[in-house]
Amino acid sequence: MKFGVIVFPGSNCDRDMMHALRDDLQQDVVMLWHKDHDLSMFGQDDCIVLPGGFSYGDYLRCGALARFSPMMEQVIEFANNGGKVFGVCNGFQILCEAGLLPGVLLQNENQQFVCKNVFVKSANTNNIIGRNVGDKVLKIPVAHGEGRYYADAETLEQLNKNQQVVFRYCDERGEVHINSNPNGAINNIAGICNAGRNVFGMMPHPERASSSVLSNIDGQHILQAFTYMN
Amino acid sequence: MQATLEQAKKLGLREEEFEKIKQVLGRTPNFVETAMYSVMWSEHCSYKNSIKWLKTLPRDGERLLVKAGEENAGLVDIGDGLGCVFKIESHNHPSAIEPFQGAATGVGGIHRDIFTMGAFPIASLNSLRFGKMDNPKTKHLLKGVVKGIGHYGNCFGVPTVAGEVYFESCYQTNPLVNAMSVGVVKVGVGETVSATSYGPGNPVFIVGASTGKDGIGGASFASADINENSAEQLPAVQVGDPFEEKKLLEACLETIKTGAIIGMQDMGAAGITCSTSEMSAKGEHGMIIHLDKVPTRQNNMKPWEMLLSESQERMLIVVEKGREADIRKIFDKWDIHCVQIGEVTKDTNLKYYMNGELVADVPAESLVLGGGAPVYEREYSEPKYFEEINKFNPADIKIPADLKDVAYQLIQLPNIASKRWVYEQYDSMVGIGNTHTNGPSDAAIVRVHGSEKALAVTTDCNSRYVFADPYKGAMIAVGEAARNIVCSGGTPVAITNCLNFGNPYNPEVYYQFVHAIKGMSAACTKFNTPVTGGNVSFYNQSEDGPVYPTPTIGMVGVLESIEQKMTLDFKHAGDFIYVIGQNRNDINCSEYLHQLCGVTHSPAPHFDLEEEAKVQETVLRLIGEKLIRSAHDISEGGLFACLLESAMVNDLGFSIHTDKDIRKDAYLFGEAQSRVVVSVNPTLHTMFEAELKGAHFTMIGKVNANKEICIDDEGWGYVSDWKEAYDTSLERAFLK
Repeated sequence: MKFGVIVFPGSNCDRDMMHALRDDLQQDVVMLWHKDHDLSMFGQDDCIVLPGGFSYGDYLRCGALARFSPMMEQVIEFANNGGKVFGVCNGFQILCEAGLLPGVLLQNENQQFVCKNVFVKSANTNNIIGRNVGDKVLKIPVAHGEGRYYADAETLEQLNKNQQVVFRYCDERGEVHINSNPNGAINNIAGICNAGRNVFGMMPHPERASSSVLSNIDGQHILQAFTYMN
Repeated sequence: MQATLEQAKKLGLREEEFEKIKQVLGRTPNFVETAMYSVMWSEHCSYKNSIKWLKTLPRDGERLLVKAGEENAGLVDIGDGLGCVFKIESHNHPSAIEPFQGAATGVGGIHRDIFTMGAFPIASLNSLRFGKMDNPKTKHLLKGVVKGIGHYGNCFGVPTVAGEVYFESCYQTNPLVNAMSVGVVKVGVGETVSATSYGPGNPVFIVGASTGKDGIGGASFASADINENSAEQLPAVQVGDPFEEKKLLEACLETIKTGAIIGMQDMGAAGITCSTSEMSAKGEHGMIIHLDKVPTRQNNMKPWEMLLSESQERMLIVVEKGREADIRKIFDKWDIHCVQIGEVTKDTNLKYYMNGELVADVPAESLVLGGGAPVYEREYSEPKYFEEINKFNPADIKIPADLKDVAYQLIQLPNIASKRWVYEQYDSMVGIGNTHTNGPSDAAIVRVHGSEKALAVTTDCNSRYVFADPYKGAMIAVGEAARNIVCSGGTPVAITNCLNFGNPYNPEVYYQFVHAIKGMSAACTKFNTPVTGGNVSFYNQSEDGPVYPTPTIGMVGVLESIEQKMTLDFKHAGDFIYVIGQNRNDINCSEYLHQLCGVTHSPAPHFDLEEEAKVQETVLRLIGEKLIRSAHDISEGGLFACLLESAMVNDLGFSIHTDKDIRKDAYLFGEAQSRVVVSVNPTLHTMFEAELKGAHFTMIGKVNANKEICIDDEGWGYVSDWKEAYDTSLERAFLK
């Protein structure tokens, strides 16, 4: 299998994702340019990654412009055909804007950008990430100004009913409560997947927690999940 | 039309400078030309009142590939065919008026200085000074500056890895915002690029953002005192677009790799005027520039407005003739303007045309520092306030009965308490190179991708020490920077400086400047850390007087391998705690004395250059021999703050004993320099002590498992409670 990492103008975690996948997980990585149209080299075993950053400057709403890029048209088609897609931070925002994931990401409750280590735990084992992470509490950094996940009551009910919540913010003991929530996300939601369980989005950055040099490899549990054939 | 003396004066030129321009040109300059000289000969661009002294700083060393003043920033050899480019710059005056954009463009500007040389920025640092935290203006400025730094850096995608924030009433009207960028580049042709211009007929391109009326005269604005009318100078503040700069970075680095670039320079202060003149002067050629070809944001911009505009995110590039298409292709890919506005000429004059009409014609060399720009010697005299400093007698300060209470107040002072509220608003981890997040150390250790090496980076200056004794204070700033790098396992290699002072025409301010330079020279020579460049910011003064002299030091060190990194946190209960260096009966200039005892004037704390060097050499050896488990230098807040910082990371306690020969407040809170707290595995302590080889040291106590602080057998409570107070102090101050 291989990973394709999309580079939008303003992406700034694209190289980090490449390093984490290539150097820390020894995976094949292809960098993809937002103006390109071709995803034909990617199949069902592969994974397209939308990295963090400020695509197109995020001057409108985060991710609002990126969804219209030529490459995103291909990604939407790829996802609708069952291909695996993973968005981190700005990538998550883009997937929500593109309608591949439900809900939106609003400005953090305290109106401030936040960058720090947080803890997350998997909400269920009904998806590839949850199965790989199990009941481990992972320390993964966040870095965002607009990461407060929100969905209306109906959508939220669907998410919970279908077990589409992938991660919730918790404390280091795994307790989910208001003080372990860095941005005011509804129900402490840090990451979700679509109903088909092939499109994933999360605000924390697993690629920033995948190297022993950084003294934190918890993120490998998340990235690894995409490398298994299933 | 000829310019008048009155116009020249209004633009900030002095009468004798206007006369000098007439001599250079052999005629009276027109208004456009006068405006160009006014910015290029401003303090900010010409260094006219400082260059004489800057030249006395040590600027040479075996590692220096590009020396101070030769390019936009210095270039230091870090081995393996890699170089490190780094520089610090001030954006004080813009930030005083418009904190968000002022700070944001300060960050943007310093990064451009780095990637214009071909280096990829891997770390951002800053050094900030504000007035007292209980003043509402301070909160407004702090919020704006922090948001601005975050806004630009977070989007641009370079981690903010370290910095310092101090609060002192002298900075109330005139805050300091110093930003530093550190980049890495492969050394060699097609990798680095020079800010030069030559080869008649070679095309000159402007790339990046279009030119607007923002920032016009910013360099001149930075070269005058701040007063109540300064807000009227708002057009002198630039507006930043980090997204444009991110694209510009990627495009410029791709462009350099084509090998088609003769020279490149970013447009910062004085915009097109500065970049065209500096590049031409360096390459000893001239240029013809057609201003009507410059992409503009608004219609009908006048020639002088275009020449002086400080619109951000622009570069001037001289390309090898015939290779234009290669360059255009890259900027098209990134959707960035790339427009040819002129060409290089053999004649060394700069000729600017507007719709075919010659609007300015001046020799490039006459505009620039090292060329025709004026150089002044200023008078200086010993400041009167020294008398008050010399009057201080520590015996007048009674030792407080409840030192625990003093300590509790001390660690919540804004200068000492956690700056969490600040740094959590910065992306400190993008680039996956900053190892500080999960392994804090005195200097930030940033790995260099594609190499075993890591860089240690820090900014330091305790300006109260410099105020008390400019010579010694500047030595301490360099000494502390080097100590932070050594405590993190690095070898200091070079510095950049940002010299923030008051009005240079004030002889007392100039005394501070001259003596700070001398102290810095002495210390940089001792630590073998030459000055690679930097920035002078005078006129940091308001109606209330000058700010404390603040020569901020940005230092870079090298770790041959990330394995050499040392962290500051206590690791194991039972480890012995030692102080390397000598504890002294010294409360001079400490936070404790200044903030809690209310003494505004006292001498700088103890510092001896030889002693400092010995301590650093010892600590580096102990790290190399793997005989210590943590190292943390004693700075503001003294030994107690240092121990608490080491204890909080892993929630371990400590118990120590003080020394009956030293007053207890001095022992715990004194800021005598050249001391480092280390923790040692008890089974290694004999080997450890043997390795000290005569260096001064004291065993003061142990790391304990019960998570409590114990001073002279008296329980001071749980570390976690102290941590809560320390972490939240700044946040609580905002709510007050």
